[in-house]
Amino acid sequence: MIAVVIGLLAVPLAGAALLLLFTRAEPASGAASEPASESASGAVEAYVPPRLAGPGWIAGPSPHWYGVAVSGITLALALVLAASFDYGRAGVAQFEVDRPWIPGLDLRFHLGVDGISLPLVVLTALLTFLCFVHLVRHRPDGGRFRALAFTLLVLEVGMIGTFLALDLLLFFVSFEIVLIPMYFVIAVWGGKDRAAAAVKFILYTLLGSAVLLLGLLVIWAHTGTLDMVALARAHGAGMPRTVQIVAFLAVAGGLAVKAPMWPLHTWLPAAHTEAPTVGSVLLAGVLLKMGTYGFARIAIPVLPEGAAAVAPWLGAFAVVGIVYGSLACLAQRDLKRMIAYSSVGHMGFVLLGLATLTPVGMNAALFGNIAHGLITGLLFFVAGAVKERYGTAELSRLGGGMLTRLPYLGSLLTFACVASLGLPGLAGFWGEMLALLGAFDPAPGLPRPLFLVFMAIGGAGTVLTAAYFLLMLSRVTHGRADEPIGDAGLPEEPLAETAEAAGAPRVRTPLAVAEEPVEPVATVATVAGPPDVPGPRLGWPRDVTPYELAAWSPLIVLTVALGLWPKLLLAVTDPAVQAFLGAR
Amino acid sequence: MIGVASAVVLLPFLAAAAGLLGTRRLWRGAPPGPADRPAYRRAAWIAIVPASASAVLAVWLLAYLWQGGAAPGGTASYGDGAAFWNGALPGTVQGTLSVIGTGSVPVTAGLRVDGLAAIIAVLVTVVSLAVQVYSVGYMRDEPRYPSFSAFISLFTSAMLLVVYAGDLLVLYAGWEVMGLCSYLLIGHWWEDRANSRAAVKAFLVTRVGDVGFLFGIFTLGLAAGSFRVDDVIAKVPAMPTGTLVAGTMLLLFGVAGKSAQVPLHTWLPDAMAGPTPISALIHAATMVAAGIFVVARLYPAFLGARPTLDLLAVMAALGMLGAALAALAQDDLKRVLAYSTISQLAYMAGSLAAGSDQAAIFHLVTHGAFKALLFLCAGLVIHSVGSNLMSEMGGLRRSMTITFPAMTIGFAALMGLPPASGFFSKDAVLAAVEHAAAENGPLTDAAAWLLYGCALLTVAVTGAYATRAWLRTFFGASRVHHVALPEPEPGVAHVWDGREAPVSMLWPVGVLAVPALLLGFAGVGAVDWSSAAVSLVVALLGAGVVYAAWRADPVADPSRVLGALRVPAERAFYVDAVYQRVFVVPVLWLARLVARGDDSVVDGAVRGSGGVAVRVSGLLRRLQTGNAQLYLTGVLAGVLIVAVGAVVLG
Repeated sequence: MIAVVIGLLAVPLAGAALLLLFTRAEPASGAASEPASESASGAVEAYVPPRLAGPGWIAGPSPHWYGVAVSGITLALALVLAASFDYGRAGVAQFEVDRPWIPGLDLRFHLGVDGISLPLVVLTALLTFLCFVHLVRHRPDGGRFRALAFTLLVLEVGMIGTFLALDLLLFFVSFEIVLIPMYFVIAVWGGKDRAAAAVKFILYTLLGSAVLLLGLLVIWAHTGTLDMVALARAHGAGMPRTVQIVAFLAVAGGLAVKAPMWPLHTWLPAAHTEAPTVGSVLLAGVLLKMGTYGFARIAIPVLPEGAAAVAPWLGAFAVVGIVYGSLACLAQRDLKRMIAYSSVGHMGFVLLGLATLTPVGMNAALFGNIAHGLITGLLFFVAGAVKERYGTAELSRLGGGMLTRLPYLGSLLTFACVASLGLPGLAGFWGEMLALLGAFDPAPGLPRPLFLVFMAIGGAGTVLTAAYFLLMLSRVTHGRADEPIGDAGLPEEPLAETAEAAGAPRVRTPLAVAEEPVEPVATVATVAGPPDVPGPRLGWPRDVTPYELAAWSPLIVLTVALGLWPKLLLAVTDPAVQAFLGAR
Repeated sequence: MIGVASAVVLLPFLAAAAGLLGTRRLWRGAPPGPADRPAYRRAAWIAIVPASASAVLAVWLLAYLWQGGAAPGGTASYGDGAAFWNGALPGTVQGTLSVIGTGSVPVTAGLRVDGLAAIIAVLVTVVSLAVQVYSVGYMRDEPRYPSFSAFISLFTSAMLLVVYAGDLLVLYAGWEVMGLCSYLLIGHWWEDRANSRAAVKAFLVTRVGDVGFLFGIFTLGLAAGSFRVDDVIAKVPAMPTGTLVAGTMLLLFGVAGKSAQVPLHTWLPDAMAGPTPISALIHAATMVAAGIFVVARLYPAFLGARPTLDLLAVMAALGMLGAALAALAQDDLKRVLAYSTISQLAYMAGSLAAGSDQAAIFHLVTHGAFKALLFLCAGLVIHSVGSNLMSEMGGLRRSMTITFPAMTIGFAALMGLPPASGFFSKDAVLAAVEHAAAENGPLTDAAAWLLYGCALLTVAVTGAYATRAWLRTFFGASRVHHVALPEPEPGVAHVWDGREAPVSMLWPVGVLAVPALLLGFAGVGAVDWSSAAVSLVVALLGAGVVYAAWRADPVADPSRVLGALRVPAERAFYVDAVYQRVFVVPVLWLARLVARGDDSVVDGAVRGSGGVAVRVSGLLRRLQTGNAQLYLTGVLAGVLIVAVGAVVLG
């Protein structure tokens, strides 16, 4: 089984290496569609040779299946791992690989999975696979498909490595590996403002990583080991309280950037909005989880006293994030940007669960992680499909009546939003509910009245979450397809939950668009999809294709399954969480 | 028997899944058009067959409990007041599928059917079946009928889950899914922005209550160490009063939201934007009853929390009178019935506050029957007239020969005229309230007398608005516009053709008229004749005033008897406008502030720090003059300092 664990890293790495090694001329079309004279793509030119190509046997008519194959093998390995995992002992690391890596520094190549990391490993493999499946039919602007496949495979290595690592430095290295490919994904295949967004993303998260590294080094200096298993078992023994607090602040600071915790979140809306669909999906679905996973895996078990001291602050920032993110969503005018801000709110619930330092809170965080990965992944896929068909994701230009125009896409958007607002019976509910339950009864030693206030604010946040999703659905999916669009479409009424539409300033509108009159884009013919398959009606964009539906259905099925039967996940995470917190 | 109970819940759920996924073939070209007859027929079968099966099984379960077949007792020891169904329907059927560990108090996925649950389940399944059959006619040729009927099935399943749930969090799951179905169904004709707004409002207002409800579950569940209904009730005597009061007050939020009680009642009148069958099913007979049901389900906890009962009494008193006055002033027939629902639910809440859950549930069941009947009849009227407004009806008793007697039964029951069912149940409620006021009930004196006064006044107003609606719809000269529209507007059903509705719509009405008329005799033995006489006189008084005003001028609206109160009553006392000012506008203002502040302040700080870094590095750049002499001087100076330092310190 050790081979499976190593294979999870080796397969995507080898896949990426193969792409690099067997160089052949890139198809001309890819190079031609490359927008020239971008500083960011200049950078990628230096990094990845433009004449990049795969081995001969995959350079045929459909090289894009290569990524599907590689990530599919990885997914299969992850599923084998999940199948052979001993669920009776979910609390301890299994399939451990522990080899000396850099003996001089006493660094070890230490991998393993337990109940906390297993769901995230499977989620990562699944989302990467689905991204590749999505890419087969939906090439992002910017061409260079081979380079994109290479980038995503490297990204997968880093993501899976982060969740498998049981050595602090190995964790850190994997954590860092992820940044570079994601930078290129945004900078090369992103939207209009991609260069600024990518630079902000990488500088911000690198700064966070530097702080994180300092914290890890403080731990190492005081305990003399980087072994996460041993450190977690020690429960902070050997570190005085002040050291724990300092180390926790540093580690948590670094992880909070990634999570992202309010007020360190501003890289996220820009990055999400500009990234291509696959980038947004992986960013929201996996990268954000690396931050909260770090809390559950390192910060809280290794530094319990530091965590206890800082937890009220963590909880406070978490609930501010919930309400702040929801309010920001209410006023957003761009679909993708709204989903990005919704991540701030949802990760607020995850952080609130962590801040309670209770088993139920930790379970909430881990459940919330997976649920958010599935649901927001689906949301970004759907939002990407909307943008592809309408040519924009701006709410005022999308107009209403999506359920008339594109009934299946509108239904899927409704489903994803309803799941995201935490409806019981779908996955999003359990994370939120358990986080609130944790805040109702936080760990002994934490100020209970304060956490009751957090719970109440979090509860208000769930109402606001419902409010922004339903208002968005009401604006976009309801109404007539041919009615006047935009602010005029929503006259002020006594019940003007929708009153925000009138007179609200656009938030960060691209300059070019701001001056244009607002018109529904889809009434003009913007038929997407392959030209050989005509749309059902002239001038109507194509509805969800079977291909898209197939690519998204695993997310839908898992969202429903986890919602109806939360034990699937809780039975895996609970023993691990109890092991981390119970011995204290 | 637990298998039967599971089947009752699961059948409609499977029907919903099948209806959503299996009625249409994907990618057969254009968005589904009106001519998709096979899909329509398939959807009707998928909806009705499981609903009937579910209803039969629910009745069977009730009969099984009736015969005392179940294991007697159960683990719960009910307090006083809950003796009725424990006496008549002893025992419980329960089963646990699995216990889900959460790290704290576990969630028990299981069902628990006792007498109370069995009675309500029969009400839910029967009304739901009637509505499914009725919808086949009402939504004929409606392109989105398949999803419509599937959502009704999903709703039925969720409501049955609430009723049969053995665990408070399972109950909460069903509770929320009902809210979603309500949203989807109110917004069924989403082409019209007003419907869409009403749907959003319904979801959000009830969600506000649901958050409190969830916290109430936490409070009681953690105090009891279990979320199981039985365990919570068993632990009630051991709980401190403070916990009970806090927990039940929080639960009241959810009850007020779902059962449309003051102050969270504002969504219900707007919810009438939905198709009429939905108004009958969700917003009259079943979902709005869920709040009352939950109070009855956890009644021992409420009885242990006197301040909560006082609050409930005040809410009920204000709600029943205010809503009845609002009903008297409305012109939209469905809105009359909506306000009447708020008012009648307040009767049930008042009865619970007065210490009689038996009377509350009795009225819940009869109200479920006669209000569903009234809504379905209203649907027939609207279906044939093509308008919701009573000012465009009149004189319909001649053309609608089946609807007229059926609706007359419904109005009689609503007013509490014998022998209709409402007479007996309303009498039970009034007797309980009077009892609480006159003797030592669970309420404080002030609350009890307020409740009793409002209840009596409301009887008069109920008589008035029921009479007004009855007269304005069926008597006098016809005010129907005989406009031949090519196609009905979405939301206003069909067009006037001067005829009675299709048979599939008449059957459910006829079937529901029977319990609406006769169900009351179940409680004939318990009638308090003196209070019954008082309420009958009061109701006839209210009806008489309206009748006199109508006789004086049959064309004018009799609601003019309200005088100066009429305009505020028509606007439901401006509650909506106040909420708009107090909650909606500030939140949206705050949202804009946050969105702007996030860009300029929070992100501004980030960009600012970047700018500072660039400027500082600009200062450092000054040193890089390119002058080799300067560099060399620096290096030499450094060497010198190091050497001196080494000598001095070494």
